[in-house]
Amino acid sequence: MVYKLKVNKKDYSVDATPDMPLLWVLRDLLGLTGTKFGCGMAQCGACTVHLEGEAVRSCVTLIARAAGKEVTTIEGLSPDSKHPLQVAWLEEDTPQCGYCQSGQIMAAAVLLRENADPTDEDIDHAMSGNICRCGTYPRIRKAIHLAAKLQKQGGTK
Amino acid sequence: MKMIKQLRSKKAIYLAGIILVTSSYTLISEEPIPQGKTYSASEKAASQKAFLAVYDVLMSPRCMNCHPKGDVPLQGDDSHLHTQGVIRGSDGHGVYAMKCTNCHQPKNTPGLNMPPGNPKWHLPPADMKMVFEGKTPRELAAQLKDPEQNGHKTMAEIVDHISHDELVLGGWNPGDGRKKPPLTHPQFEKEFRDWVKNGAVLPEK
Ligand code: FES
Ligand code: FES
Repeated sequence: MVYKLKVNKKDYSVDATPDMPLLWVLRDLLGLTGTKFGCGMAQCGACTVHLEGEAVRSCVTLIARAAGKEVTTIEGLSPDSKHPLQVAWLEEDTPQCGYCQSGQIMAAAVLLRENADPTDEDIDHAMSGNICRCGTYPRIRKAIHLAAKLQKQGGTK
Repeated sequence: MKMIKQLRSKKAIYLAGIILVTSSYTLISEEPIPQGKTYSASEKAASQKAFLAVYDVLMSPRCMNCHPKGDVPLQGDDSHLHTQGVIRGSDGHGVYAMKCTNCHQPKNTPGLNMPPGNPKWHLPPADMKMVFEGKTPRELAAQLKDPEQNGHKTMAEIVDHISHDELVLGGWNPGDGRKKPPLTHPQFEKEFRDWVKNGAVLPEK
């Protein structure tokens, strides 16, 4: 079946079965490999992308749900990789192996959109479903605080 | 003679008082449905018995897991706290990147330990928590009857809700590996209606 999708502001038509996970579509059909496969069962957050602005787990979100809607992946979070989170992530040298990090950033982006000045507790509530096997959690927390500051200054977007 | 008359009228006032107190007590504790109808002892007993069957369903993981006493939903047949630090949020739909429908799809995701799904997946909101967990049958029945605690619903609306609501019905389609409630949905609905029809009487405890 042919589905129309809007990914990172670009229109695509893909031929897929209705039960194909969005993650498969993004990685295998569209070649957008920034989004990772971790568990395939909504447990780890590695596959987090935005569907109509919400941080859905693309491994369990079927293409039938995403069809006709707006999808944003790490590749489309900002036009120039200058989203405050991306800047802060580099500044704090956040990733170790990097595997979980696109999911972490996509989750954090929803937090910062809804709460411009998150406390440590807010960060816990937003990020506790995104697992990092390298244990970069302290740096993720620092980077989110920094990104909140950058966002307020409005110097990056 | 005057004294006797006075005494009599005093008695009448006392009697009226007692009747008033009892009838208002009846109204508050066992609001008859439909209002004004009185119920026989056997009807009241049938009502209480029906609620106990309803209670077993409401306290099963499929219902209680989304009516927790804290702000964390429960998970699994053992009703453990939802992993991943999920919380209710003010509207009951979770918070930030941890909203219910980020993982819970409109339908069950097939496979063991996969997220169960429903188009309306959510908890009760923070200002109307409708807690089931830890409630006795009497407490839960009273809560269901109280519009201040039941989501501002009349009994008729509650009956409609438990009969037709998509999320309530979802309890009987729990996804692979999860136990269903102890009654079928038609049995549950019948017991609920019997409870209400016979006066929605609160169980003793
Ligand atoms: S791969 Fe989707 S949550 Fe782990
Ligand atoms: S940086 Fe290695 S899994 Fe998070």
